[in-house]
Amino acid sequence: MHTVFAFITGPGLLWAGLLFGIIFGMLLHRGGVTDYNVIVNQFLFRDFTVLKVMLTAIVVGGVGIFILHGHQLANFHIKSATMLAVALGALLFGIGMVIYGYCPGTGIAAIGTGKLDALAGFFGMIAGAGAYAMSYDWIAANILPVADLGKMRLPQLVGGPEGVWYAGLALMALVVFALVNRFHRHPIGCCTQG
Amino acid sequence: MISPASLSTIKTHRWNPYLVGALIGVLSILTFSLADKPIGISTGIAQAAGACAVPVMGAESVAANTYWAKKAVPAWDYGSLFVVGSFLGALISSLMSRSFKMETVPTVWREQFGPSVAKRLIAAFLGGVVIIFGARLADGCTSGHGISGSLQLAVSSWTFFLVMFASGIATAFVMFRRRRA
Repeated sequence: MHTVFAFITGPGLLWAGLLFGIIFGMLLHRGGVTDYNVIVNQFLFRDFTVLKVMLTAIVVGGVGIFILHGHQLANFHIKSATMLAVALGALLFGIGMVIYGYCPGTGIAAIGTGKLDALAGFFGMIAGAGAYAMSYDWIAANILPVADLGKMRLPQLVGGPEGVWYAGLALMALVVFALVNRFHRHPIGCCTQG
Repeated sequence: MISPASLSTIKTHRWNPYLVGALIGVLSILTFSLADKPIGISTGIAQAAGACAVPVMGAESVAANTYWAKKAVPAWDYGSLFVVGSFLGALISSLMSRSFKMETVPTVWREQFGPSVAKRLIAAFLGGVVIIFGARLADGCTSGHGISGSLQLAVSSWTFFLVMFASGIATAFVMFRRRRA
């Protein structure tokens, strides 16, 4: 469905992609998540920056798009819940993220801040994406169809009004932030050096 | 001449993580409403892989590959330019804040695995292979699933978010367990 505000189309989308990407890269750097130490320390519960950035983005973006969608001003873009593929992919992703020390987006941004290990990982990602493309026909035939729920959203799967889901999401984020700030203390000298 | 005080925010390397998260949320609202696109990175990397495969295996073989023909077409479009933009944005931001620094072995890695450059580069390369294979299998990464999908309450994305964190925590505690004296 075409939405009223979606005036960026055609060749303009190229510039929009570049511009939005620049803003995204700046924000990743300012948030500190282009730093290997910040990312790995999240998984070791020594630094909660990654979780704070992600959950705040999810709540603010989620409520905004919920409201826009309610007024037909934004479309949802839901990825298929191909449950076996998503679970296996996420399992590999978590392993890869800790070894690489970045995720694909923060890795690209970290290259921009001068991190050469992030660049080595980029070459790895090019190789890995090539391997996936080569395996795609087999995966599409054998993995993707297993437990495929389609473009499913939580309110459809579980039930309940949309508004309650988003209120619950915001509440959950606030509880997580309160717990993190209550129980987590930065060890002196930890987590700040680049 | 701009006074140093007015530049202080630009020059402060790290901003409050809640502020940055909120701004990424606002950016999502803009990309959805103005361009009808979510934020995502890993498809763009798969497109770049397709472009890199052209000189290796030939344009015809790349065009004949189902994935590169249908899912991640190697071309300049919104998604691939978003990846280029992310690199440029971080470059600009780190230069403005004077925090751009060439570095190969990060602190936390060095404390556990030593100062070897080769060891770190090989691990980063292999980690990159695994992470992008996982991202493509799951059809999204920390951006496409973790942020864009989660904020739409997608079942696929919350599954990804929870499994990815659990897997990362387990991996981190195995890799970075304290060495016994």
